[in-house]
Amino acid sequence: MKKVQGTVVIKADRCKGCAFCVDFCPTDALQLSDQYNAKGYRLPELFEPEKCTGCDLCGLYCPDFAIHGFIIKKVA
Amino acid sequence: MLDQNAVETEIPEKENPVESLLRMDRMPHIWCPGCGIGTTVNCFARALEQSKLDLDSVSIVSGIGCTGRVAGYLNLDSFHTTHGRAIPFATGLKLANPNLKVVVYSGDGDLFAIGGNHFIHAARRNVDMTVICVNNLIYGMTGGQVAPTTPVTAKGTTYPYGSYDPPFNLPYLADSSGAVYVARWTTYHVRHATKAIKEALARRGFSFVEIISPCPTLYSRRNRLGDGLDQMNFYKENSVIKNGADTKDVGMDFQGKITVGKFVDRERKTYRQLMNEHLTNVFGEQYTPYEG
Ligand code: SF4
Ligand code: SF4
Ligand code: SF4
Repeated sequence: MKKVQGTVVIKADRCKGCAFCVDFCPTDALQLSDQYNAKGYRLPELFEPEKCTGCDLCGLYCPDFAIHGFIIKKVA
Repeated sequence: MLDQNAVETEIPEKENPVESLLRMDRMPHIWCPGCGIGTTVNCFARALEQSKLDLDSVSIVSGIGCTGRVAGYLNLDSFHTTHGRAIPFATGLKLANPNLKVVVYSGDGDLFAIGGNHFIHAARRNVDMTVICVNNLIYGMTGGQVAPTTPVTAKGTTYPYGSYDPPFNLPYLADSSGAVYVARWTTYHVRHATKAIKEALARRGFSFVEIISPCPTLYSRRNRLGDGLDQMNFYKENSVIKNGADTKDVGMDFQGKITVGKFVDRERKTYRQLMNEHLTNVFGEQYTPYEG
């Protein structure tokens, strides 16, 4: 049973579409979306939100400081 | 799935922990898509946060180059110095104010070609500082020239048919020059790299952390290695963790296995300790040990 629920915040204007976050998310909660930012970079999205544990590995990998994860709910 | 019967505690949104350390008015930064330098900054930010150092006592010194931009993006006392001279600036800072935690953050070209001489002598004298080298195996900012770290047969603008210059093995150079702490990780190993930086910051003496990092724009493109993510996956599949490995065995071949780990962790007297001890021996009570 998962003990925590996490989520991510994506700063679209800073993302450069490298997909590090998508590839190295340990729970495969992210994917590249159909959305592009103003500079033409393809943005990631949290496509399976229930999988996210808020571990912030995406934040640790993101070279553009454009995504980070955090825990929103702890289940006692 | 969450257990519906369990008590849920709502937790407020957290800031990206790197943001408080960055000069956000300078974002977005200049680094290319898929460049690993930003990832190393995340590791550094987390390590600094965990180290509980007083940020007012931390100084960052960079030389010139893509990694040299780090000093300008960090919201700390930072110095963007002349090419290759980050270590002399840092040595001066540390001598003038021994209470500072001095960190040199620069690239392989700046630290080991233009500034190579300074590196070996600061390590030899065991000047108390942490040197973080983002090693992308090439000169980035100046256009992809072969660096002292470029593996044999890899191509750069100055060696279009591949380099035949034997490269430096940076951990071996640091070890044999006298560094007290030597580790190498890649930008794939974000948690290990964070821990290594934290350990290096805690050491007294000359500590060195090398982080192998993708340069998709020049190194990867010239050598047809794909984008930043391809290089990250290469690190993932080809890195071998060997803590305590003999540094003379950790040299890098073109697209060969990368030995990573903590290689050296020892104690030696620092420059200031040696100076104070020696001058006390010579002058006895006439000498007041220098504490800054
Ligand atoms: S916080 Fe962790 S689980 Fe959630 S998207 Fe980021 S890497 Fe994946
Ligand atoms: S790691 Fe950062 S820059 Fe790369 S795709 Fe994810 S959010 Fe965008
Ligand atoms: S040139 Fe290479 S090292 Fe410099 S910012 Fe671009 S990818 Fe990074």
